[in-house]
Amino acid sequence: MAQKVLDVKDLSIDFDTLNGTVKAIRDVSFHLDKGETLALVGESGSGKSITVRTIMRLLADNETITNGTIDFEGKDILKESKKEMDKIRGGKIAMISQDPMTSLDPTMNIGNQVAEPLRVHEGMSKHKALEQAAEVLEEVGIPNARERMRDYPHQFSGGQRQRIVIAMAIIDNPDVLIADEPTTALDVTVQAQIIKLLKDLKDKIGTSIIFITHDLGVVANIADRVAVMYAGKIVEYGTVDDIFYNPQHPYTWGLLDSMPTLSMNSDRLNTIPGTPPNLINPPKGDAFYARNKYALKIDHEKQPPFFKVSDTHYAATWLLDKRAPKVTPPESIQKRQAEFKKRGEADHD
Amino acid sequence: MTKKDPIVSVKHLKQYFNVGKPDEVKAVDDISFDIYPGETLGLVGESGSGKSTTGRDIIRLYDPTDGEIDFEGKNISKLKRKQMKDFRSQMQMIFQDPYASLNPRMKVEDIIAEGLDINHLVKNADERDKRVHELLHLVNLNEEHASRYPYEFSGGQRQRIGIARALAVKPKFIIADEPISALDVSVQAQVVNLMQDIQEKEGLTYLFIAHDLSMVKYISDRIAVMYNGKIVEMADTDELYNHPLHKYTQSLLSAVPVPDPHSEKQHKIIKFDHSKPFKDDQYLQEVTPGHWLYCSDEEAKQYK
Repeated sequence: MAQKVLDVKDLSIDFDTLNGTVKAIRDVSFHLDKGETLALVGESGSGKSITVRTIMRLLADNETITNGTIDFEGKDILKESKKEMDKIRGGKIAMISQDPMTSLDPTMNIGNQVAEPLRVHEGMSKHKALEQAAEVLEEVGIPNARERMRDYPHQFSGGQRQRIVIAMAIIDNPDVLIADEPTTALDVTVQAQIIKLLKDLKDKIGTSIIFITHDLGVVANIADRVAVMYAGKIVEYGTVDDIFYNPQHPYTWGLLDSMPTLSMNSDRLNTIPGTPPNLINPPKGDAFYARNKYALKIDHEKQPPFFKVSDTHYAATWLLDKRAPKVTPPESIQKRQAEFKKRGEADHD
Repeated sequence: MTKKDPIVSVKHLKQYFNVGKPDEVKAVDDISFDIYPGETLGLVGESGSGKSTTGRDIIRLYDPTDGEIDFEGKNISKLKRKQMKDFRSQMQMIFQDPYASLNPRMKVEDIIAEGLDINHLVKNADERDKRVHELLHLVNLNEEHASRYPYEFSGGQRQRIGIARALAVKPKFIIADEPISALDVSVQAQVVNLMQDIQEKEGLTYLFIAHDLSMVKYISDRIAVMYNGKIVEMADTDELYNHPLHKYTQSLLSAVPVPDPHSEKQHKIIKFDHSKPFKDDQYLQEVTPGHWLYCSDEEAKQYK
């Protein structure tokens, strides 16, 4: 069995606003295996970013962890001292954020910036750290890296800046790399290059990756497993094949159904009607109830538990209860499921 | 379909910045195209390709370096400031960032009605309210939203307010500069659907600028691909997606990830050689009816 590097259990986070306390994360559990890429997907406000910020212990003053543990190397990250956390953050667990312009210091040349983790975490000499920084910058594909070490972030293009951020994140060989929408701000051709770079690096240094995105095309390309988040909860998780070819939760159906594809030939895009619920007073039942055309009466009253679909695949929807009526998913989802069945049978032959 | 007269006609448009200096940039370099009434022309390309500059030239946020822009047959590229006011109510813009493009200190009703006030399109407060409510309904918001401030809305709702503001002065032509790039995928679909509905209802013409090739496919009748300040290919949407001719278009289309893990695993990305993209004898020409390609006469023969 695969080794777990990170194990998040029963995590709940509140944050205070002028209008009341928002229950931003509600009882979230997931784990990350060694060497795998786990994608967290969901709409803005579903709690993806706050979950990974909690792993980095980068919560703002108004954000409180009300419950849960995060196991990393046999210890609970949430109980680590500030000093211990400084060692982990940027060393054993590193993060790439969405906007490369704001995650780089505009007043520091990129050589020093990329070398900083080595100086801080490994106490390496300046000369040696800069030498390694040059190597890593070459590795992530900065042309003429050695000559450009003294250049500043504004002298690079968006794609190159993101490469620099990646170089900074991987220079100390992190066990876990958290990528929070690392390609959302980039052009498609640059996005393709960055994704390839991350995959190559993963194979080379054996890092485990948590990849946050709302682009399911990117997920299909990079993820081994997928967790779908909605309104502060994980509603479905499984292998990338489970989620794309045998989705069970109506929210996952909606997400897949609203993705435009280049090959589709209809004139109208499918959408998920309505907006996510206000998490100051989260609904008593399934949070997706109001937007779910497949909702059952019980969805309004009681939160669905996780039902097991297979050893790798779980979904929190009452539709999987034995007593639930059979529903027909949208046509595009049926096509995906037929494909899944065909492939499953082929595997058995 | 008989070809109507174009509503917008761009002829040999050039927009250079820092002219004569060492850092001169040819953001838009001699492009020509027409936009016909009632259609949506998608303008796609990567950052720095000149697509936004083209949009801003057409609505005259920039003064073009050279070339001509005709709006309903009238050259607008040399109009003076005062003369501009008239035609700006016929041409409006929707911006990319729904957070930065709405004044946070103004109420929604005042944001939407600003164009009405400036152009004296309403006679009194009652008429103004009535028009604002009409516009809010048109973009699937309601009158309760009129007295609120932008920060009270989500990104998708703000973009609807931006659309309502653009529609207030009853324009014929709208330039939408990456109107959905900042939004979630499911919200993007809502805004695209809304823009299509409004186009049908009001008989609008759109120039839809985007870098997302999968979304732009849904709204555009025709698509023009820009690269390095030039249009390298232009065709009907289906034609362009099914038979891309230019290497750059092919590379751009191949880079779009598809939500299907099995085909993603075999996904081949076509490489484009950026070192020598253009040759001197190449220009944008119609190689098959309605399909324009930036190529030389020699290259064009193989398609004819």
